Amino acid sequence: MAVVFDKPHALIDVPLHYCPGCTHGIIHRLVAEVIDELGIEGKTIGIAPVGCSVMAYNYFNCDMIEAAHGRAPAVATGVKRADPENHIVFTYQGDGDLASIGMAETVHAAARNENITVIFINNAIYGMTGGQMAPTSLPGQVTQTSPYGRDPKHCGYPIKVCEMLSELEGPEYLERVTVNNVKNIRAAKKAIKKAFQNQIDGKGFSLVEVVSSCPTNWGMTPQAALKWIDEKMLPYYPLGVYKDRSAEKEAE
Amino acid sequence: MADKVLMKGNEAIAEAAIIAGCRHYFGYPITPQTEVAAYMAKKMPKIGGCFLQAESEIAAINMVYGVSSTGKRVMTSSSSPGISLKGEGLSYLAGSDLPALVVNVQRGGPGLGGIQPSQSDYFQATRGGGHGDYHMIVLAPASVQEMAELTVKGFDLADKYRMTSMILADGTMGQMMEPVSLDFDIKPQPEKPWATTGTKMEREHNIVNSLSLVPEELEMLNMKRYDRYKIVEENETMYEEYMVDDADIVIAAFGIAARVSKNAVNEARKQGIKVGLIRPITLWPFPKAPFEKAAEHAKAFISVELSMGQMIEDVKLATNCKRPVTLCNRVGGMIPSPEQVLKAIIDVNNGGVK
Repeated sequence: MAVVFDKPHALIDVPLHYCPGCTHGIIHRLVAEVIDELGIEGKTIGIAPVGCSVMAYNYFNCDMIEAAHGRAPAVATGVKRADPENHIVFTYQGDGDLASIGMAETVHAAARNENITVIFINNAIYGMTGGQMAPTSLPGQVTQTSPYGRDPKHCGYPIKVCEMLSELEGPEYLERVTVNNVKNIRAAKKAIKKAFQNQIDGKGFSLVEVVSSCPTNWGMTPQAALKWIDEKMLPYYPLGVYKDRSAEKEAE
Repeated sequence: MADKVLMKGNEAIAEAAIIAGCRHYFGYPITPQTEVAAYMAKKMPKIGGCFLQAESEIAAINMVYGVSSTGKRVMTSSSSPGISLKGEGLSYLAGSDLPALVVNVQRGGPGLGGIQPSQSDYFQATRGGGHGDYHMIVLAPASVQEMAELTVKGFDLADKYRMTSMILADGTMGQMMEPVSLDFDIKPQPEKPWATTGTKMEREHNIVNSLSLVPEELEMLNMKRYDRYKIVEENETMYEEYMVDDADIVIAAFGIAARVSKNAVNEARKQGIKVGLIRPITLWPFPKAPFEKAAEHAKAFISVELSMGQMIEDVKLATNCKRPVTLCNRVGGMIPSPEQVLKAIIDVNNGGVK
């Protein structure tokens, strides 16, 4: 009988540790499908962050490295520069990792147009440590460390990573996607594939921000969390392509 | 004999690293070690290597972590405040059992301190520098020749034991010029089957990682790492002895302090005082054996340091506090003079070496 749906080869067939309803599983699968489709598993090295996806090294079938908190883009820089012709390198980072403790590494890797692929999971909260305020938590958002709601007068505004990086000359490609319905998942996969293809083509720094849900720490059912993405997250974090240098050049 | 060239200590480190097969250098400017970066910036592009100025010390050590994960020789260099920033990375390198060479051309501290020579990062270097139970192999050169030799040796030891080797130099060693022979016997690099270079769909995936959430397993990893450290202690301890055999007073000093002390030893000998010098070349592992042996006949020890007294603790431990150990020091970028050390020797001698 013909198999019409199977686990991607680049994803190891083990149970994931993520909470029920968490979108990490979907995004892992999209990354793995793209690695399969591009036929790059044998030359790919993935960098796991500190955060919920710290153990991503147990899930991807390619070689994996676990980095210090926020340092994945610097580690990826080393791995890529060790053998630029033969290494395909991606980082998989959450919002605390990429946009708070690792902001300098993120910005400078982008500024250098480091030829790597960054998968950035923005769920507006620190998941692993139990739901603290993230650099991307929304104004008014209640978390363990903003129990009365995030007050921008006290602790500032959430950071829009794609918008901010788009001001730099460096990066090749920046797109924000989400995975809260089938249509959006298909668009997310297209973006992730482009971000890897750009690296294969030597175009440089490609970051896909995936607006994600955290039902556990948002205190919602999975369905309500997906709805909250539409209602609260996307108005602050609009989907779209924030930079695509090659496409811009072609248009000129 | 090979020709000698006149080089600064910092340049000797850079050239020796290239000779040792290092093709990746990451760093951030800081005095007094910037010549290492400048040398690499000039040389690396010409030999197919990679010099990259990182956005911070933190980024630099993590770029080192990345290259090392792929099995290639890689280094960074800095000076005291920068090494503090690298502390996190040093701990992760140890936790992931990755080899690397890290150079600390020390300056006076704490805080921003000054830019003149110091040895006040001895505790930081010999006790690991970052969090957790671990060691680095700490090499203390006392000449420009040794800056080069210990760099080559540092790469070999790092690869052999999957550890970080740290060159613990000081501003004097980095800045002074001496003739150097760069004729080294370069050993082939060991195979690194653990490296993350891509599976090529031919093997199981490799993982470079320092996370271990099961206490029994993390305990085992620490125990096994310390078994390896024990082998390093047994096989790789290095030191120089100078006139120790009949000495009543033994000086302990490394790096620039050892050179100053040697002059004082010579002068004291002229005055009829039986004094010798033990110069640790590896600060970790610390050469305990020569101190234990010297404590059998020497009546007192003097630790000469460019710090408020850090190595003196290891001297006391190595001699089991059997003999008095006094400190002769300058700090903050000051260097003890041979006269100061000679005075310390005479004082100890007159104090009636009991």
